Amino acid sequence: MIRFILLQNRQGKTRLAKYYISLEESEKHKVEYEVHRLVVNRDPKFTNFVEFRNHKVIYRRYAGLFFSLCVDITDNELAYLESIHLFVEILDHFFSNVCELDLVFNFHKVYLILDEFILAGELQETSKKAIIERMGELEKQE
Amino acid sequence: MALSGMRGLSVFISDIRNCQNKEQERLRVDKELGNVRTRFKNEKGLTPYEKKKYVWKMLYIYMLGYDVDFGHMEAVSLLSAPKYPEKQVGYIVTSCLLNENHDFLRIAINAVRNDIIGRNETFQCLALTLAGNIGGREFAESLAPDVQKLLISSSCRPLVRKKAALCLLRLYRKNPDVVNVDGWSDRMAQLLDERDMGVLTSSMSLLVSLVSNNHEAYWSCVPKCVKILERLARNQDVPQEYTYYGIPSPWLQVKTMRALQYFPTVEDPNTRRSLFEVLQRILMGTDVVKNVNKNNASHAVLFEALALVMHLDAEKEMMSQCVALLGKFIAVREPNIRYLGLENMTRMLMVAEVQDIIKRHQAQIITSLKDPDISIRRRALDLLYGMCDVSNAKDIVEELLQYLTTADFAMREELSLKAAILAEKFAPDLSWYVDVILQLIDKAGDFVSDDIWFRVVHFVTNNEDLQPYAALKAREYLDKPAIHETMVKVSAYLLGEYSHLLARRPGCSPKEIFNIIHEKLPTVSISTIAILLSTYAKILMHTQPPDRDLQSQIWAVFSKYESCIDAEIQQRAVEYHALSMKGAALMDILAEMPKFPERQSPLIKKAEDSEADTAEQSAIKLRAQQQNSNALVVTDQRPTNGAQPAGQLGLVKVPILSNADQSAAEIVSHANGALTVVDPQPPSTPSPDLLGDLLGPLAIEGPTGAAPASVASGLEGGVDADALAIAPIEEQANAVQPIGDIAERFHALCLKDSGVLYEDPYIQIGLKAEWGGHRGRVVLFLGNKITSPLNSVQALILPPSHLKMELSLVPETIPPRAQVQCPLEVMNLQPSRDIAVLDFSYKFGTQLVNVKLRLPAVLNKFLQPISVSAEEFFPQWRSLSGPPLKLQEVVRGVRPMPLAEMANLFNSLNLIVCPGLDPNPNNLVASTTFYSESTRAMLCLIRTETDPADRTQLRMTVASGDPTLTYELKEFVKEQLVNIPVPSRPPLAMPSHIQPTSPPPSAISDPGALLAGLL
Repeated sequence: MIRFILLQNRQGKTRLAKYYISLEESEKHKVEYEVHRLVVNRDPKFTNFVEFRNHKVIYRRYAGLFFSLCVDITDNELAYLESIHLFVEILDHFFSNVCELDLVFNFHKVYLILDEFILAGELQETSKKAIIERMGELEKQE
Repeated sequence: MALSGMRGLSVFISDIRNCQNKEQERLRVDKELGNVRTRFKNEKGLTPYEKKKYVWKMLYIYMLGYDVDFGHMEAVSLLSAPKYPEKQVGYIVTSCLLNENHDFLRIAINAVRNDIIGRNETFQCLALTLAGNIGGREFAESLAPDVQKLLISSSCRPLVRKKAALCLLRLYRKNPDVVNVDGWSDRMAQLLDERDMGVLTSSMSLLVSLVSNNHEAYWSCVPKCVKILERLARNQDVPQEYTYYGIPSPWLQVKTMRALQYFPTVEDPNTRRSLFEVLQRILMGTDVVKNVNKNNASHAVLFEALALVMHLDAEKEMMSQCVALLGKFIAVREPNIRYLGLENMTRMLMVAEVQDIIKRHQAQIITSLKDPDISIRRRALDLLYGMCDVSNAKDIVEELLQYLTTADFAMREELSLKAAILAEKFAPDLSWYVDVILQLIDKAGDFVSDDIWFRVVHFVTNNEDLQPYAALKAREYLDKPAIHETMVKVSAYLLGEYSHLLARRPGCSPKEIFNIIHEKLPTVSISTIAILLSTYAKILMHTQPPDRDLQSQIWAVFSKYESCIDAEIQQRAVEYHALSMKGAALMDILAEMPKFPERQSPLIKKAEDSEADTAEQSAIKLRAQQQNSNALVVTDQRPTNGAQPAGQLGLVKVPILSNADQSAAEIVSHANGALTVVDPQPPSTPSPDLLGDLLGPLAIEGPTGAAPASVASGLEGGVDADALAIAPIEEQANAVQPIGDIAERFHALCLKDSGVLYEDPYIQIGLKAEWGGHRGRVVLFLGNKITSPLNSVQALILPPSHLKMELSLVPETIPPRAQVQCPLEVMNLQPSRDIAVLDFSYKFGTQLVNVKLRLPAVLNKFLQPISVSAEEFFPQWRSLSGPPLKLQEVVRGVRPMPLAEMANLFNSLNLIVCPGLDPNPNNLVASTTFYSESTRAMLCLIRTETDPADRTQLRMTVASGDPTLTYELKEFVKEQLVNIPVPSRPPLAMPSHIQPTSPPPSAISDPGALLAGLL
């Protein structure tokens, strides 16, 4: 199960944070700080997995952005690693050539896309097409 | 890039981005927050558009890391907005800002439910998403039926149904009772026929969660899962959009194989054959390709297939294939694959036949121990740790020791702990063990916890052959120029006890020993000085005939510390000084330390304590438990000398485990445990609350570093208390002490429906009950609190004649730290106050623990509150004119209580007080409905007339349509009034055969337990 998803830039600014477990505010800040510190200095040649408390963080870096998923120790690492990439592909498709600024100015869209992709800490839909079409439907209603 | 028309928000974001520094940003944020706050205050002037804009701004500020402590209500109120744009904002912001424990969220339940059951599909989606992401227990209870309906509805689009599946998964995690297994299992199987891949993916996650808890009801899903796998992996029969880099949904493949790992086996030969065909295809057909995404995706599937093959006990040939693959992986350069190779090889250790093949890779694994990536080093360490046994312990431990000197900080503690444990478990001889630990202290003293050197002392004390050797080694280390303080402690302790055994060796005269130890004194801390003083006293005692010179030197030290500011040091100095003047009498008082009782290594326990919590119990752990129950014979044959079996660390497999236990037990059995010293250490650190864990939220736990601190004081206490060896204390009482008062727990459970029925240091029995009419369902939660299994578990229900009770099968073994649920069905045949008893027993080591516990299936559980009006009451009351249907009695000896309290008591018994029916304010009238098979639902009426002048007596009249019921109910209420449990009775009386000098059983000294006892 995905416990939380973080999108942070190199400086540690959180661009998106989604928690599927209930945490207190102070704890969230701590988690975001610690995860950033954990992944930011890792060599690109290292694994994309790193232990975090009793869980593990699966992360991947795209330009200056780190996408981190905190999952259970027993979860399938590579499957989650590729779900990060799928998410990035969806964002890329939606914003046509996504960059950090897109995510900053359209943070609410990012939440919407994420909600179509992951729910309750589990993958909900793995078809890029289905999600992009769904976003189109929703935009019409706005 | 502009935010769909919301200019104000875009401007604000740009402003923030243009801030030069944090201070400017804060000012800008504060300004905006002020603005938003004032706008929210006079909400009337706010258009929906503005409200939406401000709520988005709040979320943005919140994302920047600022506290937003207002506006939650505004966000929540948008949930019920009629139009989509506002509603959408409300839902998204609410699910970011609030968590399941937030009060505002409770208010929102109704709005969410309205959207779920409403007809607007988009609203349904929003509501399902919110409930699925942040819903708590209350959401689970009020929404589950509606969500289930949507999931199986044929009129909903897949879009809604996939969300419903995952929403239900969340609700199920919050409260497993919301999914009724009997009704749901067929539906679940039908869901697996789904053609829409989104719904199927979501449903598969739901299935994994369901079967991880209990697979029994879902056997019919097994062939369907295999079909899905065939469809994906063999036939590649999926819509194009569901292939990922040419691979048919790797995520669904992984989930499906995960689900299958929760079933103990696949029995049907045809299904099994098909499954193995698919697995074989995955194992053999996965090639390394250039594209990293494709490679990752195909290997995600491959590793899951490996796990499933291991789980299914495939033929040896297939297993060997797996090991060969893993052997290849651990040698590749690609870090992720190497990492996973190591991780899965550790899991593979569970398969006994391949252990020897894995051992051949030892050299390769050791190179990964030196990898620059700590993630890989950790996996390599785990694997080495797991594959260590008597045959390779020397090599592996020496490798770890060598690595210790160059290892980085983050790894040292773990390394030294693991090296210490392996040395202890697999030592071919004890002198090697002593060597290893002393080296450990020498190389990484800062990371060697007290437990580790305590353990050395323990072994040396209990093994006479080892004593001269250990003393000599300690003496050698003291010659080194700068030694770690821990080394000073252990050397001083060992030399104090055993240096006389070295007397004739060069450099080992009492005086020389004293001098070399005393050199270290100026550099050590208070706690070490305390040990040194004891050592000096012992050296003096062993110096026969007395050496005047040495004596005066040591006395000088004692006199110096007699005025030490630390009370402990001062006391030791004064006492040792006085004692050592007594000449020969000193011999008796400072006699050699007696042998320690056998006990589980605190190290191993510590290692076991660091267990991860996961949403789904790991399939590996489940398997380990299943194996455990099959391997009972092995467990029983083990020499049961009280040594607790060593448990698993992380993913250590079971077969190795039993090896490990064997040798750990052997080591300990050298020490023919004459139990002369009281073991001040708790038998196990009780886990906080197993039941709580089960019901609690899935929160992330804090760092595990702060493991059982109490252990640290274990031997230290022993040293202190026994240095003077005042009087060896009798063997500690065998009886296991319950934690808390059993009677109180019972009384509490008579009034509520969940809680702890019984607890002792090893087990906790929790109980959760649901009552309806004349039936009840009680679930007993048997939680093993310790790190070794509890065997010979037996639970017998002794039901009174009026209750029909059926207890489901209770497993004979409760695996370490596991919790077993045993449902108990209760049916009430007729009114009676008799009480059912649970005769519960288990074995811990050789000790049989048996308790008889009253079960709170008492009369009031079959009462349902009903409040009656005067028009209903009086005709009934009159029609039940006298005995035997209406009985009256003056009750004396009532515990005095105010009338309001009595009313509360009645209400808590489900006897609902109906105010105003009796004109006399000193009287209480109550009504209730009683359910049993013979009486069906029957109205009962009660009137109590109290005397304000004398609260110890009252007159009670009970009426119902059944004479037995009237009588039993009257007696029952009487018992409640006369015999009300006193809330704070002292927790336990000590059994008389424990001498007063013995410290209280650890269970009582544990503050948590004390608290529990008082509750």
